[in-house]
Amino acid sequence: MAPIKFGVGHSVRRKEDDALVRGKGRYTDDHAPQATAYALMLRSPHAHATFTIDAARARGLPGVLSILTGDDVKELGGLPCLFNLPDNPFKAPDYPILARGEVRHVGDAVAFVVAETLPQARDALEAIEVEWTPLPAVVGVVNAVKSDAPQVWPQFPGNVLFDVPIGDKAATDAVFAKAHAIAEINIVNPRIITNYMETRAVVAEYDAKRDHLTLTIGSQGSHRLRDILCQTVLKIPVTQMRVICPDVGGGFGTKLFPYREYALAAYAARKLRRGVKWAADRADHFVGDAQGRDNVTKARMALAEDGKFLAMDVDLIGDMGAYLSTFGPYIPFGGAGMLPGLYDIKTFHCRVRTVFSNTVPVDAYRGAGRPEAAYVIERLVDAAARKLGMTPDAIRRKNFIPPRAMPYTTATGKVYDSGDFAAHLKRAMEVGEWKEFPKRARAAKKQGLVRGIGLASYVEVCGTMGEETAHLRLDPNGDVTILIGTQSSGQGHQTAYAQLVSEQFGLAPERVHIVQGDTDQIATGLGTGGSASIPSGGVAVERATAKLGANLREIAADALEAGAADLEISDGTVRVAGTDRSISFAELAKREGVDPAKLATSDKFSSADGTYPNGTHLVEVEIDPATGKIQIVNYVIVDDFGVTLNPLLLAGQVHGGTMQGIGQALMEQAVYDPQDGQLVTGSFMDYALPRAADGAPISFETHNVPCKTNPLGVKGAGEAGAIGSCPAVVNAIIDGLWRDYHIDSIDMPATPERVWMAIREHARQHRL
Amino acid sequence: MPTFGDLKLSRRDMLMGTAATLALGNAPNTASAQDAGVSGGAVALAAGTPSLAKVSFTVNGAAHDLNLDTRTTLLDALREHLHLTGSKKGCDQGQCGACTVIVEGRRIASCLSLAVMHQGDAITTIEGLGTPDNMHPMQAAFVKHDGYQCGYCTPGQICSAVAMLDEIKAGMPSHVTADLEATPQLTNAELRERMSGNICRCGAYSNIAEAITEVAGSPA
Repeated sequence: MAPIKFGVGHSVRRKEDDALVRGKGRYTDDHAPQATAYALMLRSPHAHATFTIDAARARGLPGVLSILTGDDVKELGGLPCLFNLPDNPFKAPDYPILARGEVRHVGDAVAFVVAETLPQARDALEAIEVEWTPLPAVVGVVNAVKSDAPQVWPQFPGNVLFDVPIGDKAATDAVFAKAHAIAEINIVNPRIITNYMETRAVVAEYDAKRDHLTLTIGSQGSHRLRDILCQTVLKIPVTQMRVICPDVGGGFGTKLFPYREYALAAYAARKLRRGVKWAADRADHFVGDAQGRDNVTKARMALAEDGKFLAMDVDLIGDMGAYLSTFGPYIPFGGAGMLPGLYDIKTFHCRVRTVFSNTVPVDAYRGAGRPEAAYVIERLVDAAARKLGMTPDAIRRKNFIPPRAMPYTTATGKVYDSGDFAAHLKRAMEVGEWKEFPKRARAAKKQGLVRGIGLASYVEVCGTMGEETAHLRLDPNGDVTILIGTQSSGQGHQTAYAQLVSEQFGLAPERVHIVQGDTDQIATGLGTGGSASIPSGGVAVERATAKLGANLREIAADALEAGAADLEISDGTVRVAGTDRSISFAELAKREGVDPAKLATSDKFSSADGTYPNGTHLVEVEIDPATGKIQIVNYVIVDDFGVTLNPLLLAGQVHGGTMQGIGQALMEQAVYDPQDGQLVTGSFMDYALPRAADGAPISFETHNVPCKTNPLGVKGAGEAGAIGSCPAVVNAIIDGLWRDYHIDSIDMPATPERVWMAIREHARQHRL
Repeated sequence: MPTFGDLKLSRRDMLMGTAATLALGNAPNTASAQDAGVSGGAVALAAGTPSLAKVSFTVNGAAHDLNLDTRTTLLDALREHLHLTGSKKGCDQGQCGACTVIVEGRRIASCLSLAVMHQGDAITTIEGLGTPDNMHPMQAAFVKHDGYQCGYCTPGQICSAVAMLDEIKAGMPSHVTADLEATPQLTNAELRERMSGNICRCGAYSNIAEAITEVAGSPA
């Protein structure tokens, strides 16, 4: 049979595109039902304070419909933390829907105002009288664990949520005691603010006749939101709420969570018996949405004389912020499992501490623990190479887990199923013209510039979210509709799933329809996170398609009076192979006497063992020592994603993740004032995001080794770019700074100021 | 943070107070501007209702007469009053470009511009750039080059790109133009600099650059 034009492996243009380029996308804030009231959140201006609140005057202002304070919603449950330690579980502190009596971070929610119009809501917000009594606040993990640090929660002395070991400390200490050499790094992974272009929003509509709420929310998954909002917060049956996710303008992890405003809009809509709409402005986003990363880590590698890694020892502290967000403590804990990276390291120990601070809660942001781990190991590997006088590629090759060792169980218990790490390293070095680098460095030097070249060979884990179910049905017109509980926020799921159906049925993508993000239409769903949609959801779609195909063959066999084994499906038609006898999907759908149950199938898949995408990023930078400015002059990526479903979508995911990583490496950082806990970087004027001029020329290709833990052979691809990029960029910078100035460390973001200061400090010490 | 609760002072009162101060402060130009723009509102404000003003402009070729709260931005007038929701509110502070529309041939951040300032103007939004059967070349190029993922910044990117090419044609220099006397060329550096007012968090900049370059008819 000829290759399927729209099937797996083709750069099928996106089904989503037409609406999006015309301004016809439908995002939550574009949804404005009649007679909807408008809501705003009053937030704390203090990082830590007690307060009393008086909304009496505000309630009397024109147009004000409701003002909710902590006392008004005290019967509601708080937001849950869904992670706990397997041993010695902790009791998460209360995360109330509105703070009562005490706030713990700038932006903490204290009152929810609902009025006829937005200007009226603004006036009411300003008229709420709050008496604040500021308390000492603590910012940053290093400060939080100091003995005299202000306490965020009295029940967590020293601000420590947990302090647990992973691996074998005694064995690790023993190896270190006998090591030929030890490489050590002390690094900071700064806090990141997601900044999807579409801020969060919710429209809550209430049907009084049914006592039923419909929430339209731009989220990464409707089912978990509904379940938490109903079962934990509002304490109503899930049958009384429908959650719809329309177009979503970026998610990157932090749009996954149930946020306070969703519960408050639902509560207010029910109370007022009318629609309520809340849309975050950018300032709300900066202090009202979970933030990402924020680890401080000390890591050491015990080395043999020949460069073999003998043991790894890590001490990492993760900032949780003031409350525990949905998966907050899981991020550093789960991420620590990936610290050994692509290397054969038999002995491992990590101390994981999670601490509270008077800052916005921290949770999963694109990569969620794996970028932090990759940043640690890949920085440490380069430090080890410097320590022993080896090249960064040689020390990597020396320690890579070889393909013949697969499946390989790491010291942290992860089972890598497949991969050829030396192969993508080699290919990246070819594309990046590694050998000729000294020539380019000399040429740059003549211009007064410093060139650096760096590598990061990363591995990550994804697809472990759980079981995803796909429902397929043959529509009366012969089209196919997929219902699935994953949620696109820009990845192009509609196209990717359609290709999986096209692969088997030869249907044009226009004839495959996808329903996502609606709890009434779709029975279950995990939403989208952990790059799991294709490894889990994709397999479910593929299997349900195969079942539907079998059913259609069976019906067609009857209609065509042929054996099912002689039938083939192509172009939306079932045909007797080698003949012109055929029946179209539309005819099959309408055929009399067909059991309707045969026209709808479902299947599910859990990628429980995970997939382990891996690859090499190679970066070349040019540093101007006079200004500290860094220019990325070449960027090469060779990735192993198992099987490529759609090269166009894949390149978009890789480019985008890499741009976010470049942003983190060079410019992004949430800065809190260490004295009063104010978020200093609270707007796009203060928080630098990569813009068009910061974009790098990126060369991307794959060196795929099919994954063995799922039948499609795919490995998740949504986060990989954000994982390989930070260490590659920083290793390239340090390579240049080490050669010219013997500077062996620079923290992210490597801003011009930071680089310039490092060079000046070197010059000062050199003079002394 | 100070609260003005006891003073019964709202943000609007504050603005009015500021205007009055300026008027008293011997600043004739400011005073007359305030008179023209806000004096009608002062009466209305006393009654606690918004200050309204009439404004007429065309959007995508269609004439509109609106009676708006004078605080309404052009972006809100388009989205909330004319239900043209293609233009997006990304920051409402003129820092992200998602709200970019074309007014009298020039691209502007519609969130930073009051609707009442646009009396008689011709405004083009993403909805007015091409028809379903006949996409604007820039829209077609964004599709071809996959110049976006989530699509939220896309209307602003496309409007910005269309007007940006006209700026180059008109000879307007940018921050990276080396020679202010010569006609600017659409180099990759010029293009990226001139598009740096439009943030794409999905990071589709390379593809956006390719799309624009194709429309401009010069190599990437």
